[in-house]
Amino acid sequence: MVVALILLLVAIGSVLFHLLSPWWWTPIASNWGYIDDTISLTFWITGAVFVAVVAFMAYCVFRFHHKEGRKAAYEPENKRLEWWLTVGTAVGVAAMLAPGLVVWHQFVTVPADASQIEVMGQQWRWSYRLPGKDGKLGTSDVRNVSSDNPLGLNPGDAAGQDDVVIESGDLHLPIGKPIKVLLRSVDVLHNFYVPEFRAKMDMVPGAVTYFWFTPTRTGSFDVLCAELCGIAHAQMRSKVIVQEEGEYQAWLEQQQTFAELSGQRRTLKATYQVSGE
Amino acid sequence: MVDVLSDTNTGITPAEVVDVELYHPKSWWTTYIFSQDAKVIAIQYALTAMAIGMVALVLSWLMRLQLGFPGTFSFIDPSQYLQFITMHGMIMVIYLLTALFLGGFGNYLIPLMVGARDMVFPYVNMLSYWIYLLAVVVLVATFFVPGGPTGAGWTLYPPQAILSGTPGGNEWGIILMLASLILFIIGFTMGGLNYVVTVLQARTRGMTLMRMPLTVWGIFTATVMALLAFPALFVAAVMMLLDRALGTSFFMPTLQEMGQLMKYGGGSPLLFQHLFWFFGHPEVYIVALPAFGIVSDLISTHARKNIFGYRMMVWAIVAIGALSFVVWAHHMYVSGMHPQFGFFFATTTLIIAIPTAIKVYNWVLTLWRGDIHLTVPMLFALAFIVTFVNGGLTGLFLGNVVVDVPLSDTMFVVAHFHMVMGVAPIMVVFGAIYHWYPKITGRMLNDGLGKFHFWVTFLGAYAVFFPMHYVGLQGMPRRYHDIGETSFIPASAHDLNAFISVAALIVGAAQLVFVFNLAWSLFKGKEAGGNPWGATTLEWQTPQTPPAHGNWGKELPIVYRWAYDYSVPGAPRDFVPQNEPPGGFAVQGARA
Amino acid sequence: MSAIVLFLAVVAVIAGWWLSQQRLASKPWLETGVIDDARGASSLPPAKIGLGVFLAVVGSLFALFVSAYTMRMELVDWRSLPVPKLLWFNTAVLIVSSGALQWARAAVGRDDGEGVLIGLLAGGASALVFLIGQLLAWQQLDAAGYLPAANPANAFFYLITATHALHVVGGLVALGRTTVKAWRGAEPAQLRLGVELCTMYWHFLLLVWLVLLALLTGWADDFVAICRQLLT
Repeated sequence: MVVALILLLVAIGSVLFHLLSPWWWTPIASNWGYIDDTISLTFWITGAVFVAVVAFMAYCVFRFHHKEGRKAAYEPENKRLEWWLTVGTAVGVAAMLAPGLVVWHQFVTVPADASQIEVMGQQWRWSYRLPGKDGKLGTSDVRNVSSDNPLGLNPGDAAGQDDVVIESGDLHLPIGKPIKVLLRSVDVLHNFYVPEFRAKMDMVPGAVTYFWFTPTRTGSFDVLCAELCGIAHAQMRSKVIVQEEGEYQAWLEQQQTFAELSGQRRTLKATYQVSGE
Repeated sequence: MVDVLSDTNTGITPAEVVDVELYHPKSWWTTYIFSQDAKVIAIQYALTAMAIGMVALVLSWLMRLQLGFPGTFSFIDPSQYLQFITMHGMIMVIYLLTALFLGGFGNYLIPLMVGARDMVFPYVNMLSYWIYLLAVVVLVATFFVPGGPTGAGWTLYPPQAILSGTPGGNEWGIILMLASLILFIIGFTMGGLNYVVTVLQARTRGMTLMRMPLTVWGIFTATVMALLAFPALFVAAVMMLLDRALGTSFFMPTLQEMGQLMKYGGGSPLLFQHLFWFFGHPEVYIVALPAFGIVSDLISTHARKNIFGYRMMVWAIVAIGALSFVVWAHHMYVSGMHPQFGFFFATTTLIIAIPTAIKVYNWVLTLWRGDIHLTVPMLFALAFIVTFVNGGLTGLFLGNVVVDVPLSDTMFVVAHFHMVMGVAPIMVVFGAIYHWYPKITGRMLNDGLGKFHFWVTFLGAYAVFFPMHYVGLQGMPRRYHDIGETSFIPASAHDLNAFISVAALIVGAAQLVFVFNLAWSLFKGKEAGGNPWGATTLEWQTPQTPPAHGNWGKELPIVYRWAYDYSVPGAPRDFVPQNEPPGGFAVQGARA
Repeated sequence: MSAIVLFLAVVAVIAGWWLSQQRLASKPWLETGVIDDARGASSLPPAKIGLGVFLAVVGSLFALFVSAYTMRMELVDWRSLPVPKLLWFNTAVLIVSSGALQWARAAVGRDDGEGVLIGLLAGGASALVFLIGQLLAWQQLDAAGYLPAANPANAFFYLITATHALHVVGGLVALGRTTVKAWRGAEPAQLRLGVELCTMYWHFLLLVWLVLLALLTGWADDFVAICRQLLT
């Protein structure tokens, strides 16, 4: 029976594709291995159901396709069977949901020792901010955003003066330390997406959103925008570089603080004015 | 308690059935153009939906050309790409699937299947179609206005939807899109009132709810849901239109665009997302439930066996309809909403999998010990099960909040929803057209062309969307016209993308065979007779084929049995029409 | 979104009650023969059911507006605008309008043709006064500088009152048709359905208005606060 065979081949082919194809997720670089595990578990359960249903269907087509003189059985329902199937499904669903919720609980519970960093999105680039020596990020307001103050920090806020501002460079992070990523946007929705970290979250103008993770692998990782943000959505790129603590500190030393940056700009402006006179 | 009525009740004369006064058209215009006959309106709806659907199909070709062979087609630029995906999605979900299932199949099948002469408010029904047509015209007009159609994605998320960084955002595209949606909703509400009240009030004698075919159950429940859910889109569209046109700030926070501080302030982008998905999630089931209903009837008829577990099927439809209103925020797990919502919505979402799974089991159990005729409608029904199970199961990934985090906004999502609410319902649409075309036109569709169409469409669509999951799993985001250089997507993935594109082009081209078949069979198809499939439901028992104005002859049919008396032991034929009075045989072997 | 969920819960209870009358647990394959539905010749006319369903749709629409309003209101920077005193007069007029239609409906019952006409005219006229009053209230706000684009609370006020007024206008069209029929001397019995439908619609819009008024004046704040406490 051709139809039954093709149905069966669809099921088998899907499984073989899953097992043999080279296309799989990129190796993880954060602590969210549990998410990968939950996906794997879900693949196994759903894959088994898919194969079972399609194979059963193929068998029915093979065994009960129309032949001269065949008559269908008359069976309006079978309560016992239906209940068993319902209970079985509920168990399978619970087996996926329970670990999912446990991991979600971890995902939304930020550890107390997580250090904060800020990512800001705008059409169509990324900027970053790290707390300075005081370990605190200063307040900001979208109304303050200007070419002198790309992140819109409040000039009057003392906590913000030592914040490290990275306007169009890469973000560096130390390996092995939990990080709470605060997300802001000045214009439209964006989404800070690093496939290797697994975690992501939308950035909403007018609000600060967050997620947390711990980098577990050094290297350079692509940052993409995962929420449609206009024409150049696909070109909104940056890099995150995860380093050992020493290298990270060396990099951090070279970065400029908000106070330094605004001081420079004031100096620059003054220079222009002087030379213009 | 089982209430078995004896044969003694059958001596009732049909004259006692209350009949309704019917509007009679007087001219050619009122018969075929401004018709109030639900059957004509159904065909108008279906043809309009399929015509606009062809536009969306062409758009999907263009998208796939770009994705499969980035950089090759210089006439597709990034902003056009965004316009293509937006219009493709919007047309397919709303203007094709919703309109076709409810406006098309609903209009044609509800009155016939429940034994009514027409919808209860025929004039309003006519208006419904013309407003729908107007909505489609406004939609098409966006292709020709300065700036072109909106490229905000079919979800139209603010703020970007109405800003200049998005195609059509600060021009006419978004305004006309929102206006078209508002018109669509008004038109749909008019039609929807008809479908609901017709099922409630115009069922013929003996047609109890539990004797209704599942097709009617599916369309009825979907319509009730649509009536309650579409207002959410309406509210969102009106508010966004005001934000765009009058400068209000419902959804617009204080923001800087391209270095300019905008005059907006104080709005909430998340509010739009809540409203949109409060409509958007039920919308999935508004498309799916009619498909569930129709496919149940196709399987039962062509397997010559009663649908297994009819009662469970009805309860599941009602349960899914109710539950689908409390799962909307599973589209918003990474939107920045309060994380605690994740627990609630993941739980409700996975619970809805249970009644859905029951439906799947009952479809395949209907095949068990059946007498399966592998007709074209049956083939499409089988393909529906395969693709729906596949797409439904990937829904368990995306509904399970933490699993959704890495997968959201990737091609995995695109693959999932195309499989579950694109391919699967379209399979049912095709199956249903092959099934009911003989009733609508009096002629059969060509079987050879139909089988060719089926195999190319089913295997092709599966080849498009199954591998696409793995493209998404690798981390390829959706709505990218070109992924460009990345460290995490291997070169081989581009070959896979090219393969998907080629498959998509072939599937699209195969639809021309279908269109040709529709036209050719209208004149050259085999004469069908009144009931070519040997089906039990009322629409196959009309005195004329195609059914005449008023559907039934002088007297309305009386219903004596449920819709699934196939292969009843002791019956002379392998089906007993619903309006056949109890004869000399007894129902045996039925399990209580 | 609690308002719309609450509204839909009420709809679900009504639907559930109706479904519970439909013998959904029966086994239809065992029941061959004629079953006369509970829904017989004595049941309601389709137009009434149709209006009922339509009111559910309109109710859903307003519940969504209320939801959106309360969701926005929760944010810290919410500044609601002062509600013009005129709204209280308008509310009274709308109550009178509903009362007049109720009276027309009673007149139909008494077979009092003249009474029906008076009731319809009074109802229509007072609804018109309500609409003019709403316009004047808008003008007052506008003159006081509360423009729709200035603040989300203002925008919500204009949008919600406008949507309600549009529904009243739609009702006036239907009422106008019934009134013309009555003017031309139709028998009360012929007017019964039209008058009943108009009355039902008017009462519904009055109810909606009272809810909206409570919301816009801030009376509902306490209620919302209580609800939120119950939910969290």
